[in-house]
Amino acid sequence: MTVPVELPSLLDLGRAIRAGETTSAAATERCLEVIRDRDPSINAFITVLADAALDAARTADRELRSGRDRGPLHGVPISIKDILDMAGVPTTAASHVRREHVAASDATVVTRLREAGAVLVGKTNLHEFALGTTNEESAYGPVHHPLDPGRSPGGSSGGSAASILAGMAYASIGTDTGGSIRIPAAACGLVGLKPRYREVPTRGVVPLSASFDHVGPLCATVADAASIFRVIADAPGLDGAPRPGVARGLRLGVPRRYFLDILDDEVAGAFDAACARLSSAGVTLDDVVIPHAGETPAAYLHVAITEAAAFHARTLESRPDDYTPTVRVRLEAGRYVLAEDYLRAQRCRHLLRTEVSAALEGRDGLLLPAMAVPATPLGAATVRVGATDEPVRNVTLRLTQLFNLTGHPAMTVPCGATGGGLPIGAQLVGTATPELLRVAATLEMHIRGERLASR
Amino acid sequence: MNPEDWLESARADAERRGLPDLRPALEGLARAAGVLREADWNDDASGGSDSAPNAPPPAG
Repeated sequence: MTVPVELPSLLDLGRAIRAGETTSAAATERCLEVIRDRDPSINAFITVLADAALDAARTADRELRSGRDRGPLHGVPISIKDILDMAGVPTTAASHVRREHVAASDATVVTRLREAGAVLVGKTNLHEFALGTTNEESAYGPVHHPLDPGRSPGGSSGGSAASILAGMAYASIGTDTGGSIRIPAAACGLVGLKPRYREVPTRGVVPLSASFDHVGPLCATVADAASIFRVIADAPGLDGAPRPGVARGLRLGVPRRYFLDILDDEVAGAFDAACARLSSAGVTLDDVVIPHAGETPAAYLHVAITEAAAFHARTLESRPDDYTPTVRVRLEAGRYVLAEDYLRAQRCRHLLRTEVSAALEGRDGLLLPAMAVPATPLGAATVRVGATDEPVRNVTLRLTQLFNLTGHPAMTVPCGATGGGLPIGAQLVGTATPELLRVAATLEMHIRGERLASR
Repeated sequence: MNPEDWLESARADAERRGLPDLRPALEGLARAAGVLREADWNDDASGGSDSAPNAPPPAG
């Protein structure tokens, strides 16, 4: 295993392409070479679009030579989670249920990326139908963590995260229904943004739980995330990539109760160190309480699996054996939820939304870890946290799923590594995505730590 | 239906459908339902305690 690497920024690549220091074709060929060399062992991609990507890269280079500049993503190789439609390409959602599917048109987000000049190198592996946090249950096999093949890169957007960490793409588009962008971002040392609910269109995205589903980027830096958000959001409200401002005077709430109760020692250490660096930089950190946070998993479960079961009901009847066994069981469970419990879960959700908004009142954000443990071993049902064994699914979702219930924007920013070199992520939560990105850009250097401060 | 009765009937239905592996998931769902039912914001039709405002439609 190696220590987390400093990943190249897509904005730096875009600048280099525009300055004539390299070309989109050269960058794309490099990514495709890495895919050929490393993906047989990592398994990040379900479909590689080598010819189409090289064509798009050459077009991007020709456009720049002729004076047409489509912006920061022009010519940048990006991967797409295989749950978003690309015209003429299968959208497998990592399931045999969709093995005959070929998309008729692009998802709205894909259309916007193409218009911005992005080069789409392929479609990445995921937890089947995005219903899991480890990427182990996929019809195309598990994704292996690029830093340790015996571990999961997180999920469900695990192929997206692995593709960036391994150098197969400069960014990726993922989806996040309970943490599926922020969890793999934390496990792989990336920035991952779940925007505010409905800010990025989900047309052309296979739903998991429609009222929790979000689309967003995984990438190397906060500025990269902002650049992609500006392209894919309906009304981004950002003029350009946010620049780091003055940290002194910013105020963050830290929700310790519930959120820090079950935490790996090394994650706790990295988070405490990030808090100390922020305090030294003049950021005010004070404790906040989300009074009913303990009811989050119960409310989340009832809404998520009910919505998912409704979407899958027909194929659960007609093609049950085309699902992986664990995902089939999770979906089937959703068919047993009682209406009165579903409505209780919705009431709880409304209450939690109010409580998170109250905690953000007068503050620039909330700060908490993104994942309670580092990348988990493949095949593990439980993981040791302190003195107890916790179910992997529960412990990986624990810190992220609340903000799918409430719809608040939230993002992962790397905040260090374990002694063994596995990445650790912090999570910032805000009220509005543009402001969250501005605060994150200001705090990124302090959260990441001194080792990465000179990037 | 209380969660215990619900769990018993759900288990029986899962067995009948040839899905015995569903049992742990149903048990987890029953525990989650219990958490929601015991929460302090639940309605009291007798008017004996304040209740939380009604939830909005389930769309975000």
